Amino acid sequence: MSMTDNRPFAIRTYSPAQLKQALKRMYLIRRFEEGAEQSYMRGLIHGTMHLSIGQEASAVASCIELTDADKITSTHRGHGHCIAKGADVARMFAEFFGKETGYCHGRGGSMHIADVQTGNLGANGIVGGGLPIAVGAALSAKRLGREDVTLCFFGDGANNEGAFHEALNMAAIWKLPVVFICENNRYGMSTSVERSTAVRRISDRAAAYSMPGTTVDGNDFSAVAEAVHHAIARARAGDGPSLVENLTYRWRGHSKSDRNRYRTKEEIEEWMGRDPIVRFQAELVAHGILDEAEASAIADAAVSDVEQGIEFARGSAAPAIGEVTRYVYAEA
Amino acid sequence: MDVTVQEASTRTLSYSEAIREAMVLAMETDPTVILMGEDIGVYGGAFQVTLDLVDRFGPERVMDTPISELGGAGVAVGAALTGLKPIFEFQFSDFATLAMEQIVNQAAKLRYMLGGEASVPVVFRMPAGSGTGAAAQHSQSLEAWFGHVPGLKVIQPSTPEDAKGMLLAALADPDPVLVFEHKLLYKMKGEVPAGHYTTPIGKAAIRRAGSDLTIVAASIMVHRAIEAAEQLVTEGVSAEVIDLRSIRPIDHETILASVRKTGRLLIVYEGVKSYGIGAEISAMVAESDAFDFLDAPILRLGGAEAPIPYNPDLERAAVPQVDSILAAARRLANREV
Repeated sequence: MSMTDNRPFAIRTYSPAQLKQALKRMYLIRRFEEGAEQSYMRGLIHGTMHLSIGQEASAVASCIELTDADKITSTHRGHGHCIAKGADVARMFAEFFGKETGYCHGRGGSMHIADVQTGNLGANGIVGGGLPIAVGAALSAKRLGREDVTLCFFGDGANNEGAFHEALNMAAIWKLPVVFICENNRYGMSTSVERSTAVRRISDRAAAYSMPGTTVDGNDFSAVAEAVHHAIARARAGDGPSLVENLTYRWRGHSKSDRNRYRTKEEIEEWMGRDPIVRFQAELVAHGILDEAEASAIADAAVSDVEQGIEFARGSAAPAIGEVTRYVYAEA
Repeated sequence: MDVTVQEASTRTLSYSEAIREAMVLAMETDPTVILMGEDIGVYGGAFQVTLDLVDRFGPERVMDTPISELGGAGVAVGAALTGLKPIFEFQFSDFATLAMEQIVNQAAKLRYMLGGEASVPVVFRMPAGSGTGAAAQHSQSLEAWFGHVPGLKVIQPSTPEDAKGMLLAALADPDPVLVFEHKLLYKMKGEVPAGHYTTPIGKAAIRRAGSDLTIVAASIMVHRAIEAAEQLVTEGVSAEVIDLRSIRPIDHETILASVRKTGRLLIVYEGVKSYGIGAEISAMVAESDAFDFLDAPILRLGGAEAPIPYNPDLERAAVPQVDSILAAARRLANREV
């Protein structure tokens, strides 16, 4: 990379193919979640869901360098991470629809979406539940002499759980290859970060565990990619964990039962003006990575993948009722 | 499959030596086995079970964790999910309360939530039980709590031979296994086969055959029940003593067959009597055809409805002892329908 290259980090670091795939995945996340929401409204799926619309840059930019050997742990708002790690939206919809063809054979649903083959160890219904598990995955990598790193996604709410502090401390004392990625979307359900968290920046807490802490604009693809890139490099070099805080925002409520009484319409609209997909696409066009026609084709392909995914899910068979206890224990 | 003994020779070992031997064998043959826990390294563990293991295998495989039960248990779960076989020692089983989230929400459910796409071959070892004067927060018997959770396996070996064989079985198991070790058993000696063998999880043992009544017990209560049964012989009562060995899965068949034979059932366990192992076993018998063979109501003898007290006489009174087992067995044996 030349000293005079002033282009954004992502543009000068990744290939056009990688960047286009990243844009496609951001669109896929957006359209997947809109499709899930519409399916819910139409009564095609039950339960609840936690949508990450507005946070797409954080998921995709964090995962852009990962291979299937690298691991992630995810949050209850985990659709985006799953797609960012390379999952197939058809099998994700099938899981959402509770079908046997879903990633978890209909036993997990939205909140436990996972794809072990691509290194996604799973979304987690317990805030902070994935933090120690990620440290354990990093411990495996180190002990078994593997090169893989683990990215641990968690929300601002989890930074006040005991599991956060215990996990960061252990990762630091054992210098494990893990990157803690806080998606600070400003609210733990309805409680704002200002009301829940004593430090101004969640990344300030990294100092207590003797690891680097960085806060970036989580809606700026390149800023996230750069921060996570350095954290991954540090992890792979054997220098231990880092904490990256992505400041972002969820456009939707906490879950489907949220009436949004704790934030204003103005606040939501202001954040919608910082749409990470619009920004990333404009950046790619500005730097000649793609033109408007290609961008439209990528966006259209995401729509088509999502439509086909929903059709696949609708047409898939449900799990056999008699198999309710299957997968509780290993089969002999 | 029953007990497989590859080398016939046996030696006398203590319960804790037997556990240590199982860990040494596993670590020598499988480089993915690691030990984690508070003070298990140079200190050798609160009950000295891991004594000298750090010298033998190094601090990377015998890892002292910070005092972080939730995090430590979770690290073990994550490591198990990704290629290691961790044995995580809780210093006292009471401290597993701090790690309930990782044991109950994560370890137990991950395989199911992921539709069978992942395994969590983690072993949690927990020193449990009363009798050491350690009072309410270091003396509980919480095995029934975990027995309630699908996805977990819960075992309570009562002899050095089983302690080794069941721990080796737990390590070979792809699912999470919780081993409740009674603190008063650590120094107990017994014959232990040399070499590698496994004692199957989910299979009870008949420790003493009898015809007049069945006593189902677990852990240290097995030894007290046998002592009571030996005294009953002098009174002309023949008691069969079943060592449960495994809380989940539980060996229905051995219990039911014994009840069909004797017609009377006493269940002895150290955990608080209500909502415990006794309730599970009595309901299981009541729901089965063995119910028709009962000549008297089922009797449960469990711990008092109280935390474990400090005063030694109160502590003794809080859990079944040989004399209280004897009294309960006499009542049951003499009870007319």
